[in-house]
Amino acid sequence: MADDQQLLEKPAEHEIIARGYTFDTVTDQIASVVLKKHTPLFWFGGLGVGLALLFGFLMAVSVLFARGIGVWGERTPVMWAFDITNFVWWIGIGHAGTLISAILLLLNQRWRNSINRFAEAMTLFAVASAGMFPLIHLGRPWLAFWLFPYPNTMGIMPNFRSPLVWDVFAVSTYATVSALFWFVGLIPDLATLRDRSPHRPVKFIYGVLAMGWRGSARHWSVYETASLLLAGIATPLVLSVHTVVSFDFTIAILPGWHSTFFPPYFVAGAIYSGFAMVLALAIPLRSVYKLEGLITDRHLDNAAKVMLATGLIVGYAYIMEAFAGWYGGNVYEGAAIWNRMTGPYKFQYWTLITCNVVGPNVLWFKKVRSSPVLLFISSMVVLVGMWLERYVIIVTSLAQDFLTSSWRLFVPTRWDWMTYFGTIGLFLFLFFLFIRLLPMISIFEVRTLLPQALVKKGVAKH
Amino acid sequence: MAEFDNPSDLVAATRAAREKGYRKLDAYTPFPIEELSDALHLHKNKLPLMVLCGGIIGGLSGYMLQYFVTVLYFPINIAGRPLHSWPSYIIITFEMTILFAALTAVLGMLALCGLPMPYHPTFNVPRFAMASKDQFFLCIEATDPLFDRDKTSSFLSAFEPREVSEVAH
Repeated sequence: MADDQQLLEKPAEHEIIARGYTFDTVTDQIASVVLKKHTPLFWFGGLGVGLALLFGFLMAVSVLFARGIGVWGERTPVMWAFDITNFVWWIGIGHAGTLISAILLLLNQRWRNSINRFAEAMTLFAVASAGMFPLIHLGRPWLAFWLFPYPNTMGIMPNFRSPLVWDVFAVSTYATVSALFWFVGLIPDLATLRDRSPHRPVKFIYGVLAMGWRGSARHWSVYETASLLLAGIATPLVLSVHTVVSFDFTIAILPGWHSTFFPPYFVAGAIYSGFAMVLALAIPLRSVYKLEGLITDRHLDNAAKVMLATGLIVGYAYIMEAFAGWYGGNVYEGAAIWNRMTGPYKFQYWTLITCNVVGPNVLWFKKVRSSPVLLFISSMVVLVGMWLERYVIIVTSLAQDFLTSSWRLFVPTRWDWMTYFGTIGLFLFLFFLFIRLLPMISIFEVRTLLPQALVKKGVAKH
Repeated sequence: MAEFDNPSDLVAATRAAREKGYRKLDAYTPFPIEELSDALHLHKNKLPLMVLCGGIIGGLSGYMLQYFVTVLYFPINIAGRPLHSWPSYIIITFEMTILFAALTAVLGMLALCGLPMPYHPTFNVPRFAMASKDQFFLCIEATDPLFDRDKTSSFLSAFEPREVSEVAH
């Protein structure tokens, strides 16, 4: 009989969040960040920096649109430089959010529950920042819709055999699915905010967004199915997106780009930089908002371990890249790798090796992993290293290709820098708005972590 | 509608109500409880099937779009390579599968839940706002054939809930 089925005893878990929380205090602590009038100075500072950089971005982009791509340092043959570097960097950062929300959900890693919300927000904003670069690099960005296949009077269509068109589909699907996943996760928490807000207009806004969610068991059951399905869908998606991004390079025949191990190497690098960004955001946030009980040292420790593991994969990829350049016997491949190590960009190359291969090894030590300050520093080092990695891959291969007579080095201009820092501003601006307006930790998922949430067997039998 | 302050009592009461023969009942909780879905027999829903269909439709339309464009509508002969170059179609087919499946999952979830639903009678219970915080509610609906105002009320009271209230509608 189905009615007689026994409840399975859940195995005891290590404690993920600090002791002493109740449903009430968890809700209060997370919701009050949004609902209280008081805003910490840190928030204004963060938003201010973001806004200032964002204005820089607007200015740089205005100049770009008025005068053309020539304001950047890009000259033949280096037609991709900062823009694609930044694009790949930002997309990679976004990957950790989806990894945390989808893959760790499927793997039943319950510690993800208190970091998945802001990691997903990070994904969305990182993808938004990434999306800027291909757009503004078009030269005529107002014609960006030509990338999509639609019936038009010109009688032409995009070339579906081009990895750049694949990228359009991959990145726009990724942005859409991440936004959907994030919003679905928000619905129950929006209902909490609706029920707890004392002000009518605020109640109304959250109420509209929550769409009448009332926590019905029937809804929860469908909701759980939907989250699992979305996680299952997002998992191959996140692995595919950076694979497709790496196809932008590998499908070309340029030495230093044309190689089969780029897809896994890019995915590992993406997760590596993404976890660095998760740590860089989580560490200041939890200390400013006193969330150490919810985002515990254990979370930082786990994130650091993921960073270490992916960092080692990335290190292995660098070794393989150099090995393949030598062992492959192709003169041009060999020369491309040799130029990277000893040519005009050797400073960037060796800095990147220091940041990405040597640097993460400090994470072997428990002492480093349990010190938020050191973790913050090492995540910054990783972010710089991963940016340099993309820069080195893209620029060195283009600057010195087959024909010596067409070699030319790339030198960034101030507009290059301003655009790059501008997207960091865009990211910060959106992120700080998010932590003020929406719950940055998933309230309902943290409730399930509490010991009170376990259903005791065989009580109150009537 | 009965209000409990912990999930165990709610699950016990739900199971008992189900055994008693009540079928039109629903529980309201601040987070998903697996045991509650067991007690209410809610483990099957149509969503996976819908998502599968969405994914298949997405994949087919992605592939057919590319086939139509590169073979029929805008054929370009490059060095005599076949127009129907299926290996290069795979990525977009895959991405469209994912996109359609994800959209179906979200819209299907909302459709199966009947959301958006701005008004529901349970919102008339003053303490119901607690269902999104730390209280657990069991509601036996008046449309249930076994429903009887006094009997159902005393049935619920037997579980020593915090409060039994009637939902105005």
